[in-house]
Amino acid sequence: MNLLATIIPQIILATEEGGHAEEAAHAIVPGITSGALVEWAWLIPVVPLVAAFLIVFFGRKSPFKGWLMAELSIGFVAVYGTVLFVLNATQGIVYEGQVEIARIGELTLEWGWMVDGLSIMMYFLVGVVGLLVFTYAKSYMHGDIRFTWFFASFSLFAGGMLVLVASPNMIQLIVGWELVGVASYLLIGHYWEDLTNVDAANTAFMVNKVADAGLFLGVIIMAVSVGSFRFNDVIDVVVHGEEGALSQYAFWAGLLIFIGAMGKSAQFPLHIWLPDAMAGPTPVSALMHAATMVTAGVYLLGRLFPFYIDPSGLFGGDVRNIIIVIGGITLFLMGFLAVVQDDLKKVLAYSTVSQLGYMVAAMGAGAYTAGLFHLFTHAFFKALLFLAAGSIIHAVHSNNMVDMGGLRKKMPITFWTFVMGTLALVGIFPFAGFFSKDEILASIRYAGESGQEVANLILFLGIAGAFLTAFYMMRLVALTFFGTYKGHAKPHESPKMMVYPMIGLAFFALTAGWVNIPGVYTGFTTWVATREPLTGMGDHHSESFDWTLVAITSAVVATSLVIAWLLYGKDADTQSERDRFRIPGLWPLFQNLYYIPSFYMRAIVRPIMGPMANAVLWFDMHVIDAVVNGVGAGSVVFARVVRATDEDVVDTVYNATAAATGASGSVLRKAVSGRVQQYAAFSFIGVLVIVVLFIVF
Amino acid sequence: MNWFENGWGLSLIVFLPVIGAAVVLAMPKAKEAAIKWVALIFALVTLALSVVLAVQFDYSAADTYQFGTPIDTPWISAINAHFHIAVDGISLPMVVLAALITVLVIIYSWNHWPEPHNPKLLLAFVLILATGMTGTFVALDLVLFFVFFEVVLLPMYFMIGIWGDTSIRIVPVFGWKMEMRLYASLKFFVFTLFGSAFMLLGFIALYFKSEEFLGYRSFSIVELSDLGAAGVFVGTFGMLVFLGLFLGFAVKVPMWPLHTWLPDAHTAAPTIGSVILAAILLKLGTYGFIRIAIPILPDEALRWAPFIGVLAVIGIIYGSFACLAQTDMKRLIAYSSVGHMGFVMLGIATMTDVGINAAIIGMVAHGLITGLLFFIAGSMSHRYHTRDMRRIGGTMVKMPKMGVLLGFAAMASLGLPALAGFWGEFMALLASFDPNPLIGETSLFRGLMVFGAIGTVLTAGYMLYMLRNVDFGSPSAEFADTPLEDVDTAEWLAWTPLVLLTLAVGIFPGIIFNATNDAVISLVAKAFGG
Repeated sequence: MNLLATIIPQIILATEEGGHAEEAAHAIVPGITSGALVEWAWLIPVVPLVAAFLIVFFGRKSPFKGWLMAELSIGFVAVYGTVLFVLNATQGIVYEGQVEIARIGELTLEWGWMVDGLSIMMYFLVGVVGLLVFTYAKSYMHGDIRFTWFFASFSLFAGGMLVLVASPNMIQLIVGWELVGVASYLLIGHYWEDLTNVDAANTAFMVNKVADAGLFLGVIIMAVSVGSFRFNDVIDVVVHGEEGALSQYAFWAGLLIFIGAMGKSAQFPLHIWLPDAMAGPTPVSALMHAATMVTAGVYLLGRLFPFYIDPSGLFGGDVRNIIIVIGGITLFLMGFLAVVQDDLKKVLAYSTVSQLGYMVAAMGAGAYTAGLFHLFTHAFFKALLFLAAGSIIHAVHSNNMVDMGGLRKKMPITFWTFVMGTLALVGIFPFAGFFSKDEILASIRYAGESGQEVANLILFLGIAGAFLTAFYMMRLVALTFFGTYKGHAKPHESPKMMVYPMIGLAFFALTAGWVNIPGVYTGFTTWVATREPLTGMGDHHSESFDWTLVAITSAVVATSLVIAWLLYGKDADTQSERDRFRIPGLWPLFQNLYYIPSFYMRAIVRPIMGPMANAVLWFDMHVIDAVVNGVGAGSVVFARVVRATDEDVVDTVYNATAAATGASGSVLRKAVSGRVQQYAAFSFIGVLVIVVLFIVF
Repeated sequence: MNWFENGWGLSLIVFLPVIGAAVVLAMPKAKEAAIKWVALIFALVTLALSVVLAVQFDYSAADTYQFGTPIDTPWISAINAHFHIAVDGISLPMVVLAALITVLVIIYSWNHWPEPHNPKLLLAFVLILATGMTGTFVALDLVLFFVFFEVVLLPMYFMIGIWGDTSIRIVPVFGWKMEMRLYASLKFFVFTLFGSAFMLLGFIALYFKSEEFLGYRSFSIVELSDLGAAGVFVGTFGMLVFLGLFLGFAVKVPMWPLHTWLPDAHTAAPTIGSVILAAILLKLGTYGFIRIAIPILPDEALRWAPFIGVLAVIGIIYGSFACLAQTDMKRLIAYSSVGHMGFVMLGIATMTDVGINAAIIGMVAHGLITGLLFFIAGSMSHRYHTRDMRRIGGTMVKMPKMGVLLGFAAMASLGLPALAGFWGEFMALLASFDPNPLIGETSLFRGLMVFGAIGTVLTAGYMLYMLRNVDFGSPSAEFADTPLEDVDTAEWLAWTPLVLLTLAVGIFPGIIFNATNDAVISLVAKAFGG
């Protein structure tokens, strides 16, 4: 019996009369569709947002300078999210709450909150990962010049993400989307005395804004075509395969929305902001690269999944080929960049971009569950890796791996948790990444076999990506923890407040994958399914492991680990000695990030900021304004001529105007020497002449 | 309150400020404190009355004129002009906004007097402006509208000319050397007068033409709109009249390429002058399009809609580029107005209910946000004694609260969702995807939508550029040791309402849409049928 069909009930719109009667027929087991638990779930996004405001105003005088408020608010989300997560796993929850805030024309604007599998997973992730990161951050940020401000921005960041994932409509999605953007701007630019950090924040904001322009247009096309901002109204049209405005513009709507997703999820070629975002404090990276922000794009593809999977062939199916290609390019190309970085956090940053490529490729292959599963597991082990990296940076006062080495003995807990994160990321059985990455590769293979030809190519990139992942992670571990210590500070294990969250995440890095083991237990598949029609839409769940793939990837990963160990395991004095296999042509290409940032700088940013902007301003002052001033000057001359020839008429008007103007204007009259009155007189004559013409005609 | 029913309450809202101005002028110049209090009390009572108006307003009948004087209230019988004023859902938000801005401006001036001082005259001008602005929003007679429309001209002219920037400006191309305030005030006055001359011409033409259909000549906006809905003003006559109105309103908005008075006026004006100019005066133009041009000349409006839309989008892109090249903070904000008003005009040009709703919320949002920006820019240049963004830096260090407020205002201005500015921009773009089919240029408008979206990116670009230079980094050596006072009490009092309203309208756009939506739907239905 299909477990899905039993668990996933219908979307029931509690606040809407009537509901969707037709679909109600599909409902088999309703699960939880009402009650205080789901009706009060709007608190999940609201509590951290309120906390952010309270911290700004009252943070400094509150206990722990605002940290406690932030911690309690994210703790609330964690508890609420966990309760929902468990109940969803056991009984299934589908609920959608709406509050109408305005009508504009025929459109309705609403705030609302979704409580379904997809949203609940995100509540759980943001809450639990957020709680651990917030706990860690108290110690990490201790003594920071803007401690309170940091936790206000951090709460805003989490709150914005929760607004996004709670959203039942595209307007609220955009609101959360940009709140996350502005919070990340504040956090990346946290040390804004240094303008390089501000530039990094600006890059992040601007790249996201470019993508957001795509999202705006995509949402507009979709909403206007359907006549509603609600995701469920869009999905209804898709499910019923109705031809109409949406099917007419489906390709553009789908593509533009994907561009929005590319920005947030840092897909090639809009990935450049994410490594720059390292300028912020490390806890920010831990949250940004795991549960919050970068997951938004993948989440959105998941939310609109029926549109992209497109069973009737009328909608966004064609876009999926673009999605899988972008994902494939990203996971492959960004892997190389991680190999050449010397900055610890940047290795992890490019690793994130690469892993996001896997998720996006999965979505492009029509593998809803696989994409979200990797999002789920990755959130834990990437947060862990960043927290452990932060622990190292905290100890050695440097981001650069040149200053590290030999930390295995000095920071044993950090070492072991980091290794667990690495094993999860690389995909070693039985760590989390093994299951999720395997499911993605299996799904891509399945997609290739089911007729999506490009997927066959992406499968190769995916396996190559696994090789790269193993390689750069082994390099990282070897350079950081093995060999001799080369730094100057005296490293020691981090305080408990930092270590415990790492241990907590390490637990998830080990176990998070066990919720979806083909042929053994596939609970996750049902947990994230939001509504019944999804099941029939090509989302592939294999009944058992794809053993061939498992064998191939495991062999590839093992080989890669061995090669990397041979290259980097031996201690050397300098980094360049270790990177002795540098390939002449490629190494600079990777270190310069394929020259993409400098291309943007030279081809777009500088021309706009420099010549184009200056040309417009020059045109404004020397052409348009010159015409204006010329006409003005000409009128004065002309008015004098008219006055000379037609004293009487002009004088009458002139005097009338002057009287009106002059009554209150003695102060200025001298200064402007009557010029205004002359202009005015001329205008009035003009009017009179044309009035006469009008009356005649 | 019964006396709201027959137009007395509304008349009071319109004329109380000018009575206040008379009282202020009658007071001895030396009694500055008393003058301030009198001006503030008159403004506050006006605001209180307009809030009562908004509370008493029947939102279920937002498309009807309420609290008005009878349509046949005699005024100048010789030309059949009537004293007909009333509010509907379209004008109500603007009336309240005008009253609010007047109060805030007076509070702000409490301890921020531009030279050459003279609070008596300045406050009298502010109060006269209030009457002119409110009157324009409630007038339902073309002559009355015109009078109010022009009443604002002189006080603003003097405000810029007397209290404006005294630095010397060398006018490009012509090489004239003039004091900034004189050049700017002159340009403002003449440019606007030039536009309104054509507008007046249009009004007069309508007046004479109406006799053919009514049997008598009428200046009544209501009667002329009825005629317009019946489609009588067409052909060459309609086109010429529309062009006249277009010139009058477009200069005021200002639409590209009639915008060049704006950066000069804003830069030269004293802080409160810039605030009033940005927050209210620019809206007289857009309001005129919605209240007069579209209902009376719907066919011409449709015919010219693509043209207006194109100019609007040029304004958006052009304004953004001009901002990116600025070093003067006030000038940057001034050019940003060209861009923002471009979104408002794009909304109007779609000739749809969504687009016009977007335009109105865009007008309110721009009033709140750009008003706040000009307040802050004024206060900052008052402290730094320069508006040059290359010299200012590290405001977040010197004046953290001021820096945060500037950041908030800049974010609001770039259209951050959940703040007021978002709705106008987004809904204008949305309307451009689906413009009025009677225009017959849907593809063109979709192209405009794409350029408008690019405009939102550029807007973010120059706002971040401003924040980078002004807010962030370390204070320059020039100001490193100068102690600067952070936001003071008067500033808090004047700015907090703007901040709160920006948030409130952003989170609950229904505050505006509930008033406007029915009124706009009925306006569009009446003008364009169905």
